[in-house]
Amino acid sequence: MDKLIYLDHAATTKVDPRVLQEMLPYFTENFGNPSAFYSIARDAKNVVEESREVIAKAINADPAEIYFTAGGTESDNWALISTAEAYASKGKHIITSTIEHHAILHTCKYLEKKGYEVTYVGVDEDGIIKLEELKAAIRPDTILISIMAANNEIGSLQPLKEIGELAKEHKVLFHTDAVQAFTQIPIDVKEMNIDMLSASGHKINGPKGIGILYMKKGIRAGAFIHGGAQERRKRAGTNNVPGIVGMGKAVEIAMAEYQERIAAKVALRDYLIEKMLKEIPYTKLNGHRELRLPNNTNFSFRFIEGEALLILLEQAGICGSSGSACTSGSLDPSHVLLAIGLPHEIAHGSLRLTLSEENTREEMDYVVEKLKTIVQRLREMSPLYEDFIKEQQ
Amino acid sequence: MYTEKVMDHFMNPRNMGELENASGVGTVGNAKCGDIMRIFLDIDENQVIQDVKFKTFGCGAAVATSSMATELIKGKTVEEALKMTNKAVCEALDGLPPVKVHCSLLAEEAVHAALWDYAKKNNLEFEGLKEPVADIHEHDHGEEEEE
Ligand SMILES: Cc1ncc(COP(=O)(O)O)c(C=O)c1O
Repeated sequence: MDKLIYLDHAATTKVDPRVLQEMLPYFTENFGNPSAFYSIARDAKNVVEESREVIAKAINADPAEIYFTAGGTESDNWALISTAEAYASKGKHIITSTIEHHAILHTCKYLEKKGYEVTYVGVDEDGIIKLEELKAAIRPDTILISIMAANNEIGSLQPLKEIGELAKEHKVLFHTDAVQAFTQIPIDVKEMNIDMLSASGHKINGPKGIGILYMKKGIRAGAFIHGGAQERRKRAGTNNVPGIVGMGKAVEIAMAEYQERIAAKVALRDYLIEKMLKEIPYTKLNGHRELRLPNNTNFSFRFIEGEALLILLEQAGICGSSGSACTSGSLDPSHVLLAIGLPHEIAHGSLRLTLSEENTREEMDYVVEKLKTIVQRLREMSPLYEDFIKEQQ
Repeated sequence: MYTEKVMDHFMNPRNMGELENASGVGTVGNAKCGDIMRIFLDIDENQVIQDVKFKTFGCGAAVATSSMATELIKGKTVEEALKMTNKAVCEALDGLPPVKVHCSLLAEEAVHAALWDYAKKNNLEFEGLKEPVADIHEHDHGEEEEE
């Protein structure tokens, strides 16, 4: 295959041409500032509100509960920091999990420095939150539970409804980072008792640098970015109109084609998982076999290291990602793989391949074929494999 | 992020494999940190390194530095091999990204560990050759930008 096989859709996605078409006029002829009064500005204001409605509908929220931000990271920061500040008089305790994205974890570290206390609830070997542990962590001074809807590395889906119930029962706010899950699994903020939710444009074939925070009416959390009166005085700054239009269109398409897309991704995902486990020995699937994002696969190949694997994959025209230390820029492999109990050396040999509905079985065949050779080649180089084989004899 | 030389040594590693009845074998690093290097030496009665092989579990730079280290010491005397520094390995590879410099240290350490094994087996002593430390990972990989 001479074309590139892109299997890193959890990192980012290609803008859908229909999304781009919809965005383009808002860079040029309809460039008006939605806060102004003349007609090109009115048009801009209207499309912003249309986009807000589409997004609200996708999670069963009210449009007035959707605030546009510059992306998932900002939404996560806003949700945590503003809630912590607004509810400090009730308490200074926050509960999250050990497998959150750094947008949550590093914000929690920041809050810890500011005098808040954070409990990091663990997950089981499939990467699913331990509900009992979560329940036991709730205290009278707990103000917020922030648990992601689906994990970005191993795709594990979290029991949102159960967490929402617990939160409601204990009168604690519930925020979920749904950056990976949004439009990939059904989300109903009312039914699931979700008070706040973060989502991002670029993971769903929309543009980069746009996201939303859903904040349920009545939540006291204030502004995070200060300035003008945009977004009902909660999020200052001239609206990113092309971005907002793009995210709205991306959500509209994703919801309209929801069934077909999900079915296609799940079928392809399962095909890849089965084939990989069957054809490459000493390989483990990370994350839950069924309770996982439709587009996520994550494998550990024993005795080898992930960065070396990625380089060889790239040579074969395949883009994936790894949780090895060498790709995370620290001494430790991914905190998610360690949280599910993988020993370091197995975590170092991980590979995440995340699909889109445009990928094909033919591509999956090619990927497994290439990986077979690459993994074997690296194992032949590995002293760990040498020791393992000698022990077997 | 890697130089052409690093890529070449990663893609086409020199002297990869094992030696049976090696005069000295050294293994350094640990699986926890994601890199392990093993060096096999075949040393003749004149203390010349006749053959050398390596095995490495690790990233692209770990493989490339092991490969380069074996090239630098092949045909050299034990005394000469002892003088091979991690800096020489880096330079021969036209440089390494700062976060990967520790790989070259590991390669130097692996050579020393194999030489130590040889010295011990033959009751020899060499100036500058010390018992290898099992783990050289007191250093930091440094901060890199995250995705
Ligand atoms: C779970 C999760 N949260 C947050 C983010 C950050 O989103 P953004 O890139 O829009 O800032 C990501 C993306 O990497 C993610 O996967």
